[in-house]
Amino acid sequence: MLDIRGLAASIAEKPILKGIDLTVPQGEIHAIMGPNGSGKSTLGYVLSGREDYTVTAGSVTFNGVDLLGMEPEQRAAAGVFLAFQAPVELPGVNNANFLRTALNAIRRAHGEAELDAIQFLKLARAETKRLAMPEDMLKRNVNVGFSGGEKKRNEVLQMAILRPKLAILDETDSGLDIDALKIVADGVNALRRPEFSALVITHHQRLLDHLVPDRVHVLAHGRIVRSGGPDLARELEKSGYAGLIAEAA
Amino acid sequence: MSTGATGFLARYAALIGRLPGDSALRAAAAAAFRTAGLPGATQQQRRLEAWKYTSLRSVAETEFRSDVAPRHEAETILAGLALLDAPRIVFVDGSLRSDLSLMPPIGFARFADQPDFGSLSWPDREPMVALNTMLAADGAALHVPSGLDGGTVQLVSVSAADADFHPRHSIRLGNGATLTLVEISAGQGRYLLNTVAEIHLGAGAHLTHIRLQDEAVTAFHVSTTYAAVEAGATYDSFTLNLGARLSRTEVHATLDGAGAVAHLNAAQILAGSQHADFTSVVGHTAPGCTSRQTVKNVLADRSRGVFQGKIEVARQAQKTDGYQMNQALLLSPYAEVDTKPELEIFADDVKCSHGATVGELDAEQLFYLRSRGIPDAEARSILVRAFLAEALDLVAEETIRGRLDMAVQQWWERLKA
Repeated sequence: MLDIRGLAASIAEKPILKGIDLTVPQGEIHAIMGPNGSGKSTLGYVLSGREDYTVTAGSVTFNGVDLLGMEPEQRAAAGVFLAFQAPVELPGVNNANFLRTALNAIRRAHGEAELDAIQFLKLARAETKRLAMPEDMLKRNVNVGFSGGEKKRNEVLQMAILRPKLAILDETDSGLDIDALKIVADGVNALRRPEFSALVITHHQRLLDHLVPDRVHVLAHGRIVRSGGPDLARELEKSGYAGLIAEAA
Repeated sequence: MSTGATGFLARYAALIGRLPGDSALRAAAAAAFRTAGLPGATQQQRRLEAWKYTSLRSVAETEFRSDVAPRHEAETILAGLALLDAPRIVFVDGSLRSDLSLMPPIGFARFADQPDFGSLSWPDREPMVALNTMLAADGAALHVPSGLDGGTVQLVSVSAADADFHPRHSIRLGNGATLTLVEISAGQGRYLLNTVAEIHLGAGAHLTHIRLQDEAVTAFHVSTTYAAVEAGATYDSFTLNLGARLSRTEVHATLDGAGAVAHLNAAQILAGSQHADFTSVVGHTAPGCTSRQTVKNVLADRSRGVFQGKIEVARQAQKTDGYQMNQALLLSPYAEVDTKPELEIFADDVKCSHGATVGELDAEQLFYLRSRGIPDAEARSILVRAFLAEALDLVAEETIRGRLDMAVQQWWERLKA
């Protein structure tokens, strides 16, 4: 279970998050919606440990442990995975090697045996196929020369291989056509199990048609201004955020 | 025993008549060295443009002897080198060790028996070449006759005594001949290895010249190579500098026949207070020649990397294609890189370009790797190797590239330790 209490964070002394309270029980998918600049991406970065953000107040526990005191790699080992809004290109780093290094680092952290190249390739090929991705994506350099859609799918591939307990999807749907959107949603749905939960950051209802959330939260000006069931997303799609934000202010 | 230029000159004086080869040439070199001294060691020398960023003052202040017994086991050092499964010519403390060598099936002579100073070097212009010419005692002369493939030959230097060594090598490829030469140098202790090599490539010949410099971090490594490349021949070189307290790799390549090609690629990976200087002069004297240089520096701690690259294009060298790229990755705020590209062009129809970049590890890339569970040190190592990949990938032969990758990996393990 992810438990966020009174979380405030700033970047370069500019406050972005101003007191977030949010609980995501195990097995649930929660959507975070809200206008640009409301702090959605910052929330994802702060949860995954990006260093340029400073947490100024509050706490975050994940399955009972203090997440904020951990290094990014420790959070990954604890099961946190951030699917980046803009996946980073790594020229000179082979995608398969990158994935195997990451998986083995996490396995090492859990005291599990590492996978050799052959064992890993078998796993990676199966996941690649399941996500309808061309196999040559494994041979290419990480995200280099990938289309926007391929980059997003590569994030989902990483998630499928690393099998996190908490997936934070930061606008993974943006820039995807409807087929790719379905593949991404299927990829997340395939991970659903009692100990898996997800925070889905999105602007649009359409991803939530395929990835049905248990709860929807609206973030504005660094605070959650409203929470509700899946219907809230549909309501927002019709009426927009303006009324809601005004109401909260 | 005195140090610096005086010490070397005193040793030469004591050896006159006992050193092999042309004594008049040695005397002239000694005179040039007496005038020049060690670059950077005196006020006058500090103005030498070719040695603007590298001073041999530390060499001048170190006592080297010629009569010391090795303090370390050369065989142990040699065993740790992971040599390729190919012929090897092994020099220990500057002298050929036939018992440790596996001679190649190509023409070979040792300098001690058949001294050949060659025709390309400039003892009067290069003080360290003058020093070598004055004191050279041994070296390898390799000859691949026209049309033959010499395969892969390793030229290994192991230093185990706190002394100075001045090997003199000569590599000759006849027309259309090919050779892959892998030079590996390593050692233990406080020594100076000051090598001069001459390379002659006949028309259409192809030399792949790989160098792995992994000297003791207490040692000094100076290497000056002259390469003359005839029509249609290729000098394809890659240098990996990892070791030595101070190293200077100087290459003079002249493209003397139409369509000649030179690749002078290098990577320097330094930590602590290491200093490595890669200096090249490419002379385009014939039309339609190509030169390529990709030089990468990875600099940790207070290390300093230097790249000086000069391309000279003569009036008749039309359709010259010259390219030079120097990139540095600074892993510490105290590391320093000095880069000085120079183009001197007298022909009017040429394509010459150069570029230089200096950067740090990308924070976004580092976070991306760590967010996937990869620990910080491992993530940094991945990004450093990715930075180097562009240069290392220029080494076409997979087994050799694998050996260089391994050396980089070992260097990284040492840094972490």
